[in-house]
Amino acid sequence: MSMNRREFLQLLAMAAASGLALDSRSVFASDHYDLPPFGNVSLLHMTDCHAQLMPIYFREPNVNIGVGSGKNKPPHLVGEHLLKAFGIPPGSADAYAFTYLDFEHAARTYGKVGGFAHLATLVKKIRASRPGSLLLDGGDSWQGSATSLWTKGQDMVDACKLLGVDVMTGHWEFTFGADRVKHVVDNDFKGKIDFLAQNIQTADFGDPVFEHYVIKEINGVPVAIIGQAFPYTPVANPKYMTPDWTFGIHEDSMQQTVDEARAKGAAVVVVLSHNGMDADLKMAGRIRGIDAILGGHTHDGVPQPSIVKNPGGQTLVTNAGSNGKFLGVLDLDVRKGRIAGYNYKLLPVFSNLLAPDPEMSALIRKVRAPYEDKLSEKLAVTEGLLYRRGNFNGTFDQLILDALIETKGADAAFSPGFRWGTTLLPGEDITMEHLMDQTAITYPQTTVTEMTGQTVKDILEDVLDNLFNPDPYKQQGGDMVRVGGVTYTCDLSQGFGKRINNLMLNGKPLEAGKKYRIAGWAPIAEGVKGEPIWEVVSAYLRDKKVITPRKLNLPRLVGVEGNQGIA
Amino acid sequence: MNQMRRAFLKGAGALAALLSAGLLDPIAAFAATWNKTAFSAKTLEDAMQAAGYGNAVESPDILLKVPDIAEDGAIVPVEATSNIPDTVSMAFFSEKNPNPLVADFTFSNGAEPFLATHIKMAKTCIVRVAVKAGGKNYMTNKEVKVTLGGCGG
Repeated sequence: MSMNRREFLQLLAMAAASGLALDSRSVFASDHYDLPPFGNVSLLHMTDCHAQLMPIYFREPNVNIGVGSGKNKPPHLVGEHLLKAFGIPPGSADAYAFTYLDFEHAARTYGKVGGFAHLATLVKKIRASRPGSLLLDGGDSWQGSATSLWTKGQDMVDACKLLGVDVMTGHWEFTFGADRVKHVVDNDFKGKIDFLAQNIQTADFGDPVFEHYVIKEINGVPVAIIGQAFPYTPVANPKYMTPDWTFGIHEDSMQQTVDEARAKGAAVVVVLSHNGMDADLKMAGRIRGIDAILGGHTHDGVPQPSIVKNPGGQTLVTNAGSNGKFLGVLDLDVRKGRIAGYNYKLLPVFSNLLAPDPEMSALIRKVRAPYEDKLSEKLAVTEGLLYRRGNFNGTFDQLILDALIETKGADAAFSPGFRWGTTLLPGEDITMEHLMDQTAITYPQTTVTEMTGQTVKDILEDVLDNLFNPDPYKQQGGDMVRVGGVTYTCDLSQGFGKRINNLMLNGKPLEAGKKYRIAGWAPIAEGVKGEPIWEVVSAYLRDKKVITPRKLNLPRLVGVEGNQGIA
Repeated sequence: MNQMRRAFLKGAGALAALLSAGLLDPIAAFAATWNKTAFSAKTLEDAMQAAGYGNAVESPDILLKVPDIAEDGAIVPVEATSNIPDTVSMAFFSEKNPNPLVADFTFSNGAEPFLATHIKMAKTCIVRVAVKAGGKNYMTNKEVKVTLGGCGG
């Protein structure tokens, strides 16, 4: 049977609309969220929700390569390797949540994930059986959607307060500027949410900018929470947003903070971290006295904690995924000032299985009301799966690159390796809201720059090292810059400066001394002018109307034999 | 830090404050005896030799604090303490700078051998602090990554 494109799209749309049949709750186990309470101290953890107030699809990566000590260990396991390591049955709801496997079919079966109204219901349910529990937010909550950009994060500030967040640290929050963050912390959060960052100081005299830690009593047990903001915010994002602050990883100061909290009587010490999981694993091996690092930044949905031995004993390291897709629950049994046992569960937030919380739904409706027309504008329809996450180009990035090259008349294009950005199924409309989910930042300018072939290679080497430097403290945690036009080989058995080879453009070798027109967006330098990326891409989408499946420009990988971070 | 102290230090300049306290040797600080050979040397080894830090041995008693990744290669904060008795001078080197010797300090009047300053770095490389103490030379190294930035998250 052959179908023309229109029939095919109609069929997909019908499949999507017939969610009732496909998404019914019967596909889930009836006791999915029955998590028996354990112990006397419970910490709920969400991270990197990237301002996704509404349920979404989010495809986990099929390429998430670990190098050095990270090879073939969580979080660098994808697909079947991950299922096997954590004993998750193939085809199950959990397999859908934790992997990319059979994504389109699984998404139509199990439906969307996340959404703050659904998350709120789950938080309430878990907290009801765990009196005194705390809700920790690892940051990247105020950025990633149209409404958060247009309200300077206010929608998320209000939603997180309503959700009942107790403690928070940050990263993308700082891209609204130091003053904005300070204003929220000193006003909206005052007396409600502790915003902590042990590793942010003033650049002049090294004075603290935020509280380093807080001690909360949970059922009579003093629990210290230490905040660790993203250490490379002024490197990965524009430094002019926080000109007077310095970040970084400071082991001596972290150790001091842990010791101080213990001296003040903390029976449990937890770090709420935005380091990224590889850096957290390294830190856990070098600092004494931390019971658990609840981590984010690298968007790794890791079902169970990694246990790291260190001179002080051991430390649990978790990472709780992204986009509102997961809620981590760490239950501790604390007896006589010591942890006698723990339970950890990373719960996927299946939107179809959780009735939306009425109060949160009302807030979300109110936030969106002024923007509904703009958000719902249909720009085009996609025939293929559109996603971003993965070490190299995703299909949505490819679409952005294609739009940049065509619109700007460029030889090639770069698009940042962000790990946020939601997923669209074949047959779905691409709305303005979806486009903003991929592009909503405070420095959205597009640029066209004349670069030599040598500069192109230097940039690719530099960014790749942020991902694959064998020292986790020298990684920044994004994915590889997405590349359009230029093809290359990527040899991960090599060190800095030798990994990128065979650079080609239109079948010809890229010449080191020749200049090329390279389009891009998200400049970190101050004062750059250029049309916002969403205007460039929305015009392209309106013009094309139907987006055919993208051909991914992936590098040829060398030196990755036996790596379980590749499907 | 209180605002008055901050204002005082900003106004006076931390280095001037140290000089007036007689803790840093003004001759070295003001470069009256500018060691042109050492500061113009093009390699780390030549610079070490010319500045009088030749044959330095690695010592765990020098604490060097540098960022893992520089937030700005033009002003990289470096901080060093020598716990080696009779430390008389301390120098900073940046391996891949066109001229690797960045600064050389002499301590006098029993000043505590602790220094914090900013250095400019051309690219990712080793930062070395070298120390003269008790007639011998010591050193320690740490790599600082200098990156183009962007793309994270």
